Amino acid sequence: MIPSKPNFRKQGEHYVWGTGAALALTLLAAFTLIVVIMVNGLGYFWPARLAHLALADGSFVMGELTEENIGPQGRRVQLKVGNRDIYGLDFKWVDGREITSLTYPDEAVTLERRENGNFYGTLSAIRVDGLGIQTGQDLFLTLQEARKLISRRMEDIDPVVKEMGRVNLEMEDIRLEIQKLRYQDAAGYAAEIQELDLLSAAKRKAFDQMNQRISDFRADLAAHTVTLADAAGTLKEVPLVQIMRAYRPNRMSLWEKSWLYIKKIGELLTGEPRESNTEGGLFPAIFGTMMMVMTMSFFSIPLGVVAAIYLSEYAKPGVLVRLVRVAVYNLAGVPSIVFGVFGLGFFIYGVGGAMDQLFFPERLPTPVFGTGGILWASLTMALMTVPVVIVSTEEAFAAIPKGIREGSYSLGATKFQTLLRILLPSATPGIITGFVLAMARAAGEVAPLMITGVVKLAPALPMDGEFPYLHLDRKFMHLGFHIYDVGFQSPNVEAAKPMVFVTTLLLLVLVVVLSLSAMVLRNRMRARYQTRAF
Amino acid sequence: MTHFKFDNPILRIQDLFFYYGEKEVLKSITLDVPRNQVTAFIGPSGCGKSTLLRCLNRMNDMVDNSRMAGSMLKDGMEINTPELDTISLRRQIGMVFQHSNPFPKTIYENVIYGLRIAGVKNRQLLDEMVEKSLQGAALWDEVKDRLQESALGLSGGQMQRLCIARAIAVNPEIILMDEPCSALDPIATSRIEDLILELKKRYTVVIVTHNMQQAARISDFTAFLYMGELIEYNKTNIIFTTPAKKQTEDYITGRFG
Repeated sequence: MIPSKPNFRKQGEHYVWGTGAALALTLLAAFTLIVVIMVNGLGYFWPARLAHLALADGSFVMGELTEENIGPQGRRVQLKVGNRDIYGLDFKWVDGREITSLTYPDEAVTLERRENGNFYGTLSAIRVDGLGIQTGQDLFLTLQEARKLISRRMEDIDPVVKEMGRVNLEMEDIRLEIQKLRYQDAAGYAAEIQELDLLSAAKRKAFDQMNQRISDFRADLAAHTVTLADAAGTLKEVPLVQIMRAYRPNRMSLWEKSWLYIKKIGELLTGEPRESNTEGGLFPAIFGTMMMVMTMSFFSIPLGVVAAIYLSEYAKPGVLVRLVRVAVYNLAGVPSIVFGVFGLGFFIYGVGGAMDQLFFPERLPTPVFGTGGILWASLTMALMTVPVVIVSTEEAFAAIPKGIREGSYSLGATKFQTLLRILLPSATPGIITGFVLAMARAAGEVAPLMITGVVKLAPALPMDGEFPYLHLDRKFMHLGFHIYDVGFQSPNVEAAKPMVFVTTLLLLVLVVVLSLSAMVLRNRMRARYQTRAF
Repeated sequence: MTHFKFDNPILRIQDLFFYYGEKEVLKSITLDVPRNQVTAFIGPSGCGKSTLLRCLNRMNDMVDNSRMAGSMLKDGMEINTPELDTISLRRQIGMVFQHSNPFPKTIYENVIYGLRIAGVKNRQLLDEMVEKSLQGAALWDEVKDRLQESALGLSGGQMQRLCIARAIAVNPEIILMDEPCSALDPIATSRIEDLILELKKRYTVVIVTHNMQQAARISDFTAFLYMGELIEYNKTNIIFTTPAKKQTEDYITGRFG
């Protein structure tokens, strides 16, 4: 008799199905999250068409259609009407029943402005006297030509602005010098202080002159304006210098829109934030995040690896080592805010405060290191991620076959030589795994940063061309905190929504890029140091 | 038991005891290892033959909670003393393990590892030693064109010969082999056996083996250990033809073990 196939249950098929379902569910959750973020985030930069609505009460509305849903009174649409300086709000809900007609007028113009958000309307007049532009042609073309000229003019004052920054720094240096001399011996250095005061006054004068020049220059340029009419016919005069970009979305081809889209994404990656972070670029936040992660790795990787080496290779196994190991593993589970509080108390007030007492007593009570900064934030993060590095390094060491060590010892190698030449190279892929995990954790963590040095808007990057180039005492911006700030602390929540998605997407991309590059590195190492299983 | 004494043994083991914690693994072993001969340790699993072998180059130092008592003299110099420099001892007494354990490095780097850690930097000398050692281990012709490739790409038998090359590169006097063929197929095994016979011209070989035919084929002297005791030690042909002890005979004829 041919034995029949055992039944479904006996083969354990239902367990297999269960595991498959669990995996599918996890994938689905992750996939949905990513799709939602991508759709919402990436859609924001697409130049949307401008809809012109005629309403039943005889009024008109114009703007981008952003949302459509069924409200309590039936279908309704949300428009981004912009023109914040006229309406006060960027968004408006319109009942579907009230709409009598919907058109996409060709001549509708979107202006991206430096302040007050977008303006949607139609061009009605332009004032460009003295720019040497022929008027009388199409208003939009005149506008574009004038903007080009003006932005070229703006470049003329760039050197002055730069010079102002330099003078400002010099003045700050003089101020600190005076403060130092006063602190050391005000009477003894009276002559020097007076001299410095004079120097400072001279610099101040030069600074004010330059400032005046720039103000005059800007005022001149501000005389060039364009006048637009909004949907209701209200006229609004906008200075050309305020306009970052002007386009007629309803007339643009797909190709033109794509090009604009790419340019906008480029601006996002390289630009500075505007309008309390709800618009503009994210460069300082991207830079701050990367730099914090790197500084963190600089501290946590060596520390973690060395600690793991001691734990797994040198410490005599016993109760104490087991206790230490358990403590380290549990450290990874401590809530991150606790690390933040520790960082604040220990690094900022303790170490930073002591450094200020020692090196900058003249500036007290104004702190230099005794306040949040990228150094302290990185150190706090390093403490938080060290357990991850220790655990994965230890595992990597444990996975090295015993025979390899014995082979090395049998050739007359010392423990240290074996460690350096055999064990460390073999463990490198595992160490990199720890590095990836630590980076991902540090990049995504916000709570401890909020009290150790992250700010909503940092005036300067923690690294720049000014000596000493690396300013680890400076406060910095971070993508994770940016999400929180824009999404929940912004005065204009509706307008900030797309920015939240965009920032989230960027943070995800950043973590993925960092992890992927580390993984590529690890695989390359693994190919070199792979040990055969016996 | 028979004490088989040599005039000028390279190793003289006297009253050697070894303990793992409370457990006595070796009991009063006394044995001479003759120069430029192959000496085999045989016996059933757990009889202590590997432990005895690993005492000779102090590899058991690494084992926690273990203790060694008694005397081992190499050319009259005491091995079992805390003052001994194990580093230089292990350069004189090389070792090949049961599972081939090449380092995850290139073939070239594997061979010169012992020289590198000893501080040899002369490139020409290193090149020479690589060729000499690989030829000594009968591996040169197979790998001479891929010295810079990973050692992990070699076959099992080649890896084991590489480990032998690595051991002879530091120019030891004695090579300890701990069941070097137990993980290899018959062809690779016979190549290693041929190699051992070749090696004995220049080195003293001490080999632990499970395989009695192997011991009979390659060794000049054979020691039979059982339960941590040296039961019998004699010329190999005597052990395998006219053993003095009943236990030895039983083991050799396959009645136990």
